[in-house]
Amino acid sequence: MTATTYAKKAFLALGLPLILLAAWWIASAGSTNPFWPSLQTILQTFPETWTPERLAADLVPSLARLGIGFSLAVVGGIVGGTAIGLSPTLRALSEPVLEFFRAVPPPVLVPIIALFAGYTGWLGKIVTIALGCLWPILLNTVEGVRGLEPTLTDTAKSYRLSWWRRLLFVVLPGASPRIFTGARQALSIGVILMVISELFGANRGLGASIVQFQRSFAIPQMWTGIILLGLIGVLLAAIFKVVETRMLAWYMGQRQIERGE
Amino acid sequence: MSPTQATLAPPTPSGAATRKPRRSRKGRPALLGIAGVAIVLVGAELLSRTGIVNPDFLPPVTEMYATLFRLLGEGEFWHSLVLTVRGWAIGLAAAMALGIAAGFVIGSFPFLRAFTSSTIEFLRPIPSVALIPLVVLLWGTQPQSAFVLVVYAAFWQVLVQVLYGVADVDPVARDTARSYQFGPLRIARSVIYPTALPYIMTAFRLAAAVALILEITAELVIGVPGLGRDIGIAQSSGNVPETYALVIVVGLIGVAVNLFARFAEKKMLWWHPSIRSEHS
Amino acid sequence: MSITVPLLKAAQAESAAPAATDVALDLRGVGKTYDTPGRPQVEAIRNLDFQVGRGELVCVVGPSGAGKTTLLRSIAGLLDVTKGEVVLDGTAVTGPPEGMAVVFQEYGRSLFPWMTVRQNIELPLKEKGIPKAERREKVDKALAEVSLTEAAEQHPWQLSGGMQQRVAIARAVAYEPTVLLMDEPFAAVDAQTRAELEDLVRSLWKRLGVTVLFVTHDIDEAVYLGERVIVLSNRPTVLMEDVNVDLPPERDQLSTRSDPRFGELRGHVYSLIQKAKAGHRPEGEEA
Repeated sequence: MTATTYAKKAFLALGLPLILLAAWWIASAGSTNPFWPSLQTILQTFPETWTPERLAADLVPSLARLGIGFSLAVVGGIVGGTAIGLSPTLRALSEPVLEFFRAVPPPVLVPIIALFAGYTGWLGKIVTIALGCLWPILLNTVEGVRGLEPTLTDTAKSYRLSWWRRLLFVVLPGASPRIFTGARQALSIGVILMVISELFGANRGLGASIVQFQRSFAIPQMWTGIILLGLIGVLLAAIFKVVETRMLAWYMGQRQIERGE
Repeated sequence: MSPTQATLAPPTPSGAATRKPRRSRKGRPALLGIAGVAIVLVGAELLSRTGIVNPDFLPPVTEMYATLFRLLGEGEFWHSLVLTVRGWAIGLAAAMALGIAAGFVIGSFPFLRAFTSSTIEFLRPIPSVALIPLVVLLWGTQPQSAFVLVVYAAFWQVLVQVLYGVADVDPVARDTARSYQFGPLRIARSVIYPTALPYIMTAFRLAAAVALILEITAELVIGVPGLGRDIGIAQSSGNVPETYALVIVVGLIGVAVNLFARFAEKKMLWWHPSIRSEHS
Repeated sequence: MSITVPLLKAAQAESAAPAATDVALDLRGVGKTYDTPGRPQVEAIRNLDFQVGRGELVCVVGPSGAGKTTLLRSIAGLLDVTKGEVVLDGTAVTGPPEGMAVVFQEYGRSLFPWMTVRQNIELPLKEKGIPKAERREKVDKALAEVSLTEAAEQHPWQLSGGMQQRVAIARAVAYEPTVLLMDEPFAAVDAQTRAELEDLVRSLWKRLGVTVLFVTHDIDEAVYLGERVIVLSNRPTVLMEDVNVDLPPERDQLSTRSDPRFGELRGHVYSLIQKAKAGHRPEGEEA
């Protein structure tokens, strides 16, 4: 009984990915088109290309910059978003300005930041990532704080909870589902900016090396880079989901019950 | 959820807000908003004029706008603008069409849904910029490069929202339709589509923003003709005011896209009890 | 207007804490007008004068739209009155006062879903600066009072509606307020649970000697629970009548509800509400 359920689950989860991989393998086998090397070639090239030294030199700095930029955006977005969400005056004052800044596609920040911080070092790249990630977190925090259940706010008030206790135990947990929504959007923008920021100026980094492979027509290596980047995207999303499931367990449980599942 | 007792209180739950004497509260947010914009503009102008920030990096706002108005008189600028908006619109339309079609098909069959979910979860977070080297090889700076990036990025947004929407169909409504012997097409049109519509509008709003980001990225990074490429050129040729002017234009296009998406959402969903708040 | 200042019964006086005054809550000419620009002025409450004695259980009923919630929010200090004053323990209420706990109607929304039942009850105690060991004790005691000891580590949304409302009551009880305000607390639970919760309120009130102001739209509930029933007019609200409930202090769902006196009181309050609905107002009051 359980064995069949497991088998069924495994089939549903792995069936299509395996079919797709097999299709790719067969379709690309013996390919002579230089742009579409066979999957076999790509997989063979992978370990020789991404040696531990290369990972340390290219991948680690990229991820470190993403981590720093994203963390700055999380802190800034939550602090700013809470302040704006709690103060109607501040909100009215900043609304049109925020409306503009969030609409600016983050990649165009690169040329502007390049003016200020240069683009050879880490600073410009980190600022780009942080600024791009900031708006989704900030705006979602504002909405989360504004959307707090009024009865909860009343309860906190009637029990005379102090300002910081209200912030820590009522406002922030109440806004946390929206904060996570914003952080999830920010993370995917952050990965995009991590790559793009490395395409400007002579640099090392994951994005930079993929483009170098492409420019030097090292096509199988380029493909390994694309795959690696894809894996990183998937891995980051998975890590995010684990953190979210832990921190929002109450929210997911509550929603499940509300939907009668 | 318990329905809230209808109270006499107008919806101003904040005690602080009711305490203040309010005379012309209605016009206040708008005035404050204008004040906020003015503070930013005047602040930037002063930072630049006084030299607190190097004017080579941040030219005075007045100079940016002077450049912007000069650009408005140039045919090349308008040509780039049209290319950008066209690339965005075509990519978005394709992503919407593909996403809605795939979403309805996958969402309607529980087996397909279960069978594809791991693949969707895997492909979705792959950053579309990973495809940049590939599209450069295949199409260089032709618009197709931007098109593929835009469609790839926007497609997943649409697909996932539509899947949520189809899953949200009230089972009772579906069973009722079945018991009246509705055919699958009629069920799709009279039961599934109205339920999924709010989700489709949400998808449109999210996808429209993402599509613009990728269109500009492709122009800036690959050199596909459009405003993004112009920004790159202006910056590398040291024309700082023009760089800013173009960034402002792109930002305003972004605002227009957001406003349009929200307007469309309201128009389409006037009958809907609540404009959904999405947790995508 | 027939405002009868209540005489405290001996039994209640015994259980009440020693205090300087025997009036816990005093409404003096309270009025509330909503004045939102761009909308017509709304006079919700015109004039309300009544007192709640220490250790009393008083119910407030009125036709729907009588400003019951406005009144309760004003007493709780969540809303400013525009006329008169609310006095709790001799001090005018200007914000949420010390020594007052509120149980809201929307139990699902007044409990913090991200906290366990224990954390929910403990939070206001933390604010009071009560040390940890004592907090634990108080929480356990309050949970025992509402017979929810085994639910302490669960989250509110894992419990049934009636249980959630009992958690909200336990939180209020653990806070040890001078006055416990209840805003239609059982309007959203089913009839059987409701009867249980009503008896719970009666027994808590008797055992703990707390002063309770219970707002409801249910006439039976008001008469069954209250020592007095304050009947409100329709909007703008004034006092229709302050009805003294002279039922025996020991009440139970069966015998009390079949008591002829219960029927009379219920009928009396019912006719008052019908009159209020029809726009009838006490003498000297115009709508």
